[in-house]
Amino acid sequence: MNHKQDKVKSYRQPLSKSRRGFLGTTRNIGLAILGGLTWSAYVDEAKANKLLLRPPGALDESDFLKTCIKCGLCVDACRNRDGNVIFDNKGQRIGTKDPTLRLAAPGDNKPLGTPFFIARENPCFMCDDIPCVPACPSGALDLLSVTNKKTKKLDVNMAKMGLAVVHKESCIAYWGLQCDACYRACPLLGKALTIDMQMNKRTGKHAFLLPVVHSDICTGCGLCEKACVVEKAAIFVLPREFAMGRVGTHYVKGWDKKDQQRVGEAQSIHTVTKRSEKRAIDKLNNLGGLLDE
Amino acid sequence: MNNVRFLIARRVVQITIILLYFGANYYGWKMLAGNLSSSLILGTIPLSDPYAVLQMFVAGAAISSNILIGAVIIFLFYAIFGGRAFCSWVCPVNIITDAANWTRRKFGFDMVAKKQPSTRNLRYWVLLISLIISFFLGLAAFEFISPISMIHRGIIFGMGFGWAAMVILYLFDLFVLKNGWCGHICPLGGFYSIIGKFRLLKVRHDSVACTGCMKCKVVCPESQVLHMIDKVSIPVTSGECTNCGRCIDVCEDNALGFFLKVDNNNKKGEINNEKNE
Repeated sequence: MNHKQDKVKSYRQPLSKSRRGFLGTTRNIGLAILGGLTWSAYVDEAKANKLLLRPPGALDESDFLKTCIKCGLCVDACRNRDGNVIFDNKGQRIGTKDPTLRLAAPGDNKPLGTPFFIARENPCFMCDDIPCVPACPSGALDLLSVTNKKTKKLDVNMAKMGLAVVHKESCIAYWGLQCDACYRACPLLGKALTIDMQMNKRTGKHAFLLPVVHSDICTGCGLCEKACVVEKAAIFVLPREFAMGRVGTHYVKGWDKKDQQRVGEAQSIHTVTKRSEKRAIDKLNNLGGLLDE
Repeated sequence: MNNVRFLIARRVVQITIILLYFGANYYGWKMLAGNLSSSLILGTIPLSDPYAVLQMFVAGAAISSNILIGAVIIFLFYAIFGGRAFCSWVCPVNIITDAANWTRRKFGFDMVAKKQPSTRNLRYWVLLISLIISFFLGLAAFEFISPISMIHRGIIFGMGFGWAAMVILYLFDLFVLKNGWCGHICPLGGFYSIIGKFRLLKVRHDSVACTGCMKCKVVCPESQVLHMIDKVSIPVTSGECTNCGRCIDVCEDNALGFFLKVDNNNKKGEINNEKNE
């Protein structure tokens, strides 16, 4: 009983001032670490590269996330662009069509507040004056990247929003049907998207008219994806980073001077393997204990 | 009508600003386009949220001149004139947290959980942590989670599940922590508290006229700033005052009011005698 009372008493004893201060500070630091870690974990997860298409002229994703202030002026410009505003027959503005660009809202599972578009629903229509890019106050949409260096004029064909890829098995052109809807929809028809004719061996007398995307020209506007006639588009735009491979410096086109320049800056790696002291014949005869002697 | 003067004025300003943004997007108005992160007046004058720009700077972004000019304009406006007026006159979250506060008072939730489990200095910690995270992750950390931007952006550009953020803030302020978001956590409020320390627009107090009814302290969302009530005739100098004017609205003794002054010590034109003299 006495012991128990002592225990209760010791709990109730007031803490010394220094001890109280120490505990308080420790608690604050602990809470700061707790909050900071939770917060950074969430943000790190949320910024993880998503399959999303950015407006024309967007910086690469990590710089874009840094620089975009999420003001939505590009979306404003996209909604109110020429041709998107609807007028009645008296010339009065009565509304707009849905714009291509949207700002990521909670539930979109995209980095919050940043502009993106979904090509299958509403592709980029490649306006000549690219209203969204000059509207950007932060430089996250880089005007220079879509300005022709010689003419100093905006050139939307320089945009690299993504790259269209074709899924052969669901593309009916690969079945031998004549389609070319994507080809007709492409604003750079004949350059970014061409039709490759091949013989259809199944019938022996028809041609396959196969869509082929050229990654050096394709802007990723998504008009092809929007036009695709199958249920889920067989040609679709992916961010270039996801859609493209990279050769690296191990291979080079020996017949192409430009390609040689590409690897020109590569640093050669010297790996030195220690020279075997055994004679080659011994090496061949030595089975490394695989067989019983 | 006199006791809701500033309340109505604030609601009008808040709603007008959001409406102008909304109109800029949906109707192509030019008056005020963008949102509270960054906007453009009449297509020419840029405005930017200085706290967002600070985070971007710490994250290592190249700050464009437009953004910088906009941030300086806003910074100077609140630092020299308005103080934390952004919080009560512009921010749409204020409507939600005021509603939570009103519900608390109306139904007496204040009587249930009286002890506040958190310090109001929390917001300065959140501010500091936001800058540290921005630095290490290379992006504006608070802008990624800010319920303020979710809400104003939601109203202007499409809400998504942003309504959930509104409900969360309301319930949090109502049942978890009184003045929880605006008065304890929000680092943007903390930011404006710091830069608004030397503002011109302040609330003055006349302790002679004061009858000590304490109605002002009941309605004040930052009641610690009203420590002088019924004691000394000094202006509210704490940067945490949001200049919402609610205290002036409810004061029936004309003991509170707005005034513009550079000097924090009150000299001429101010009543200087103390209550107990």
